[in-house]
Amino acid sequence: MNKNKMKVSTSRKVFLVFDYCLMILLALICIYPFWYVLCYSLSDTTAASVNTPVFLPSGFTLSNYKEILTLKGFFPALLMSLLRTVVGTITSVFCCSFLAYLFTKDKMPGRKILYRFVVFTMYISGGMIATYIVMKSYGLLNSFWVYILPSMISAYNMILIKTYIEQLPPELEESASLDGAGYITCFFKIIFPLCKPIIATVVVFVAVGQWNSWFDNHIYTRANESLTTLQYLLYNYLNEAQRLAEQLKTASSGADMTKAMASISPKGIRMTITVLASLPIFALYPFMQKYFSKGIMVGAVKG
Amino acid sequence: MNRKRGFVKSGSKDYKLLWMAIPFITIVFLFSYVPIFGWIYSFFDYVPGVSIFDCDFVGLEYFKLILKDNNVLRALKNTFVFAIINICLTPLPMLLAILLNELRNGPVKKFVQTFTTLPNFISWVIIFSLATALFASDGIITMLAVKLGLGDASNSLLGSNEAVYWFQSFLVQWKTLGWNSIIYMAAIAGIDQEQYEAARVDGAGHFKCAIHVTLPAMMETFVVLFILNIGNFLNTGYEQYLLFKNSLTAPNIEVLDLYTYRIGLQNMDYSYGVAISVVKSIVSITLVLAANMVAKKIRGKAVI
Repeated sequence: MNKNKMKVSTSRKVFLVFDYCLMILLALICIYPFWYVLCYSLSDTTAASVNTPVFLPSGFTLSNYKEILTLKGFFPALLMSLLRTVVGTITSVFCCSFLAYLFTKDKMPGRKILYRFVVFTMYISGGMIATYIVMKSYGLLNSFWVYILPSMISAYNMILIKTYIEQLPPELEESASLDGAGYITCFFKIIFPLCKPIIATVVVFVAVGQWNSWFDNHIYTRANESLTTLQYLLYNYLNEAQRLAEQLKTASSGADMTKAMASISPKGIRMTITVLASLPIFALYPFMQKYFSKGIMVGAVKG
Repeated sequence: MNRKRGFVKSGSKDYKLLWMAIPFITIVFLFSYVPIFGWIYSFFDYVPGVSIFDCDFVGLEYFKLILKDNNVLRALKNTFVFAIINICLTPLPMLLAILLNELRNGPVKKFVQTFTTLPNFISWVIIFSLATALFASDGIITMLAVKLGLGDASNSLLGSNEAVYWFQSFLVQWKTLGWNSIIYMAAIAGIDQEQYEAARVDGAGHFKCAIHVTLPAMMETFVVLFILNIGNFLNTGYEQYLLFKNSLTAPNIEVLDLYTYRIGLQNMDYSYGVAISVVKSIVSITLVLAANMVAKKIRGKAVI
């Protein structure tokens, strides 16, 4: 519709200029915070405190990144984030897609009831406190598996995959089953490879969710430091900085003030962790962009 | 959807399928259903570490407490305010889609789409960190405001209780606006080009085309999302509010979900926390089902 062959009127021109400016401004508002944090992380700490790195780093240096490498707890947290993302994504995608496959089989006894049983979980949950008590009684507090098990089967993702499998031609599978292939072989050899587009979409959503999650870390595994993820590490730094800043405000004596000042983690370090924690999202974003809109569309027609 | 799938010998049931599904169903039961049974704690004086059978049965005592609790009232008010702002802002993604659609296909459009969608994939912790970098008392925006004489450093947005509602709503829009507009972009892409040509033949300009062709095509999606938004308003989540809560912002930022968190996990008052979330869940599911019924009437088919 943009290819208009009509004469462009003045009001149209004004509108277009306004539209372009507004849209570009919006995009800049979305991207600028990341840019600023990146610049700050690449700036020299003292130079940055005098000369705020508004558009470019002031006193370019990699010292913040070097310091991060020696920061206690950074590498374990990074590894933990990677581990939960990888394990969580593989298990969840496998479980959701295999269950979805089973649910496409008419021959499954009690299929409808079981399907509803799973879908029902989308609408009601026990709530945080009850879930917490239950996780505690399972002995999952301070265990790695609390990152994986509760979110392993997502009804929404299961529906997405099931809808996709249902529109594949059934003949593909029938010929294999005549050759004597069982359900599991059929699933891995035929269905799963055919579902690649929707699986990619689900992988994107699950992986991003796992990478970004910190709240389960906060309520379930706070006491076990070896389970700290990168997001939670950042949360702790921010929290501490905020608390100390509040103390600073109410500090009465000069001695209190310097004490609080000294214990605040350097701003540069926080900025650097922020950059590193968002880096995977930025790196994978072009790949993700290809798939997520597909996910929305399928989601819109789910049923 | 009623097409026969499954193996050639149809008619008979295959129990092997059931056995294969059992482990997954068990996981769903353990992690999604057992917590719902956990609602029973709200009728007992639950003490951690003590079996539920040894706890005192208190009946509806905790539910009565909700009615007398002023904090619940305040949390409800905050939830309502956030919901109303959020509901008023539901047309924004639609507007963005229209404005974006007017751009010529090219690098600028791609740039705008890419970067407005990106924040949706950024965690709230990182957003909190970015907001701190920008809006804390030593943040760059705060410093700019001070320079322009629009504010003073001791009163930053992060520590302002009066600004909580619109500031948090702004952050939500920053995160989700681009993402939410995708569904409208798809609706626009689905419009038959002939409709535009017909409108143009009738003498409609770009503006009239947008009003009479583009907008109606998005209306159904809009109405459905709008209604579901209303149905979902109690489910604010915890993350954003927990992160931005501090001693200064606490009175206005504490939504119902965050209040149950404070009662249950910070004050360890499990039974009362569960009682609040039970009431919340029941009200919320009723609202969602009602919203779904309305949406069904409008669209002719169920949304959920």
